[in-house]
Amino acid sequence: METKTLNKKEVANKTQRITGCEAVVRSLIAEGVDILYGYPGGAIMPVYDELYKFQDQIHHVLTRHEQGAAHAAQGFARISGRVGVALATSGPGATNLITGIADAQIDSTPLVCITGQVASHLLGSDAFQETDIVGISTPVTKWNCQVTKSEDIPAAIAKAFYIAKSGRPGPVLVDITKDAQFGELDFNYEKCKGVRSYVPIPKTSQDAVNAAAELINNAKKPMIVWGQGVILGEAEAELKAVVEKAGIPAAWTILGASAIPSTHPLNVGMVGMHGNYGPNKLTNECDVLIAIGMRFDDRVTGDLNTYAKQAKVIHFDIDPAEINKNVQTDVAVLGNSKESLAMLAEALEAKSHDAWLKEFKDLYQIEYDTVINDDLNPTKEGLTMGEVIKQINIASEGNAAIVSDVGQHQMIACRYADFNVSKSNITSGGLGTMGFALPAAIGAKMAAPNREVVAIIGDGGFQMNIQELGTIFQQKVPVKVVVLNNEFLGMVRQWQQLFFDKRYASTEMTNPDFVTIAKGYHIEGKRVTNRKDMEAAVKEMIASKDSYFLEVCVEKEDNVFPMIPSGASVSDVRLS
Amino acid sequence: MSEDIKTFTISIYTENNIGLLNRISAIFQRRHINIESLTTSQSEIDGVNRFVIVVNVTQTNAEKIVKQIEKQVETIRAYYHTDEETIFTESCMFKIKSELLFDEPQIQNIIKESNTRIVTVNKEFFVLEKSGRRNEIEALRRDLNVFGIMQFVRSGRIAVTKEEMKITELLSAFNNQL
Repeated sequence: METKTLNKKEVANKTQRITGCEAVVRSLIAEGVDILYGYPGGAIMPVYDELYKFQDQIHHVLTRHEQGAAHAAQGFARISGRVGVALATSGPGATNLITGIADAQIDSTPLVCITGQVASHLLGSDAFQETDIVGISTPVTKWNCQVTKSEDIPAAIAKAFYIAKSGRPGPVLVDITKDAQFGELDFNYEKCKGVRSYVPIPKTSQDAVNAAAELINNAKKPMIVWGQGVILGEAEAELKAVVEKAGIPAAWTILGASAIPSTHPLNVGMVGMHGNYGPNKLTNECDVLIAIGMRFDDRVTGDLNTYAKQAKVIHFDIDPAEINKNVQTDVAVLGNSKESLAMLAEALEAKSHDAWLKEFKDLYQIEYDTVINDDLNPTKEGLTMGEVIKQINIASEGNAAIVSDVGQHQMIACRYADFNVSKSNITSGGLGTMGFALPAAIGAKMAAPNREVVAIIGDGGFQMNIQELGTIFQQKVPVKVVVLNNEFLGMVRQWQQLFFDKRYASTEMTNPDFVTIAKGYHIEGKRVTNRKDMEAAVKEMIASKDSYFLEVCVEKEDNVFPMIPSGASVSDVRLS
Repeated sequence: MSEDIKTFTISIYTENNIGLLNRISAIFQRRHINIESLTTSQSEIDGVNRFVIVVNVTQTNAEKIVKQIEKQVETIRAYYHTDEETIFTESCMFKIKSELLFDEPQIQNIIKESNTRIVTVNKEFFVLEKSGRRNEIEALRRDLNVFGIMQFVRSGRIAVTKEEMKITELLSAFNNQL
């Protein structure tokens, strides 16, 4: 069959009479979309027909499940900073996107989801594959809308991209009825430049910056906790400048990881439930706590009544609703982190806090001796998750983007992976979505083909979206997939051991032969059970030019420490 | 540390958008906050809607809710005010059997004394309407209930604030930016 192709000039802003479905594809192209993820079905078929015609300009990736499409779009967005796009049909296609949308909402990931909908005359009639996806997605989207008229399509898509990417990013959903896809319109695409009721970036007040600088300049024990806001605001260099000028020990949340390299002398590690000993303990000893682009999640703060009560709190954020939401702030600095941190750096005095920094180093030594050494250099027979991450660090020289799933392996990966460059820790933070990593790694690798992308997944989470091996195979995505198999839902088992008297209710897994499954998809694979083979296998995997599957059988009942038990104070972080 | 729960009137200026009511009510639902009343109407500005929502919460919660409402893309501005900071009223209607108007002379006194308006009278029933504070409406309902009420309905609160609302300035500032 002959394919109708249009060159970029033809697509450009010339007004033309076209169908709604063609307008969808041309709008996407006008927004710079060259890859999107999705799954066809009745109510979105007209758009797929257009994608077929435009396939030289826009590459549609057929995932094996719409949830996979949403997570792949997230991985794409997280590694590149671009808007990820997912496409699905009405009804079950649309509802299958929801987990990914909710994940993107809580982790502030820019996503545009386009769903087909039954024809407008059928709305509300319980038609085949009709579901109220605008109603369903409302609480988990930054914005959403339904388009029932062809002529409204370009403006809706333009607004969707603008809202998804601007300010604090987030997912948006545009639901388009089938008759709107079939109808005609005069197409002339105009990018959205603003929405009058929406202020994406609040102004940064110089007074607030000065007040923050004064607190920091007078502080004896200042401490920074930065989050993903630094990465989303592309403020890595500005953060580094602040940290270095004022000599402030800086810790990160799980989504802030990689904004400053792991090896930076003032990078004191991760805060939170399984974060490092030092920054957790010293949160309750600092005199000024500087929170930057983070939202004081309960997994970071533990018990709020005993969180940093001794400290003056400075909060930098783009979202005014985050100020005083969980932690009472002394100085709030609104705005984009890139701008506000640059202003802060100006106002700071050059300082160092050597004695204070040494407190972090001393606590790190305690953590190293009691936890880290055993994780990374174990002497017992069974393999640890930590030593696998260590080998990945060595083989990739710390340059890999690590896409982790949810659970013990995720905490271990975030704790021990070396990050030399920003946007390298892609994981489901706020929602804790098992099944995230495999499809997200596909999206990440496709968005950044020159980067080494390694998915680290548990045996539980792997089986939640295992079907996406089919996408890796069909699209020939050279992504590396590591399953750390302990034959348990490890994190739940750990809690059962610690808090439920070892009653291992429904956490033990009888697993299939994963390597054979990977081979069924023609993905090279290996299973290792001992230390010597593991090191070689990791090297082989990283060296591979193609996709590679590595299963590492690790100790069944290892625990992740340090740990702040749920609801306990950060001071009560446990080492065992 | 426990804060007093007070009545707050939340005023929201919004774009006219189908899904917004859903978005706003979800903010209350998620936090288990009961909406005492909700009214939406056209505002003083063409094409801009105004929500008036009454809730009983702490001031801290009122502030957090308003921030969450303002965060919604189609919210132009949201405010919260105490009763002292607003002028507010509710209205109500009663449907009562017409024969009572003649059999029970007391009803006519109640109507007169409470400043209640007779909307319509026919052979079967008559309809009363009154605007005022909740306690006045409640008192009227109690008084009339003695004789029997066929139907009673009360609206949500509508309120204007003593404070100036600078929505027009906000909107024109946006137009100047573009």
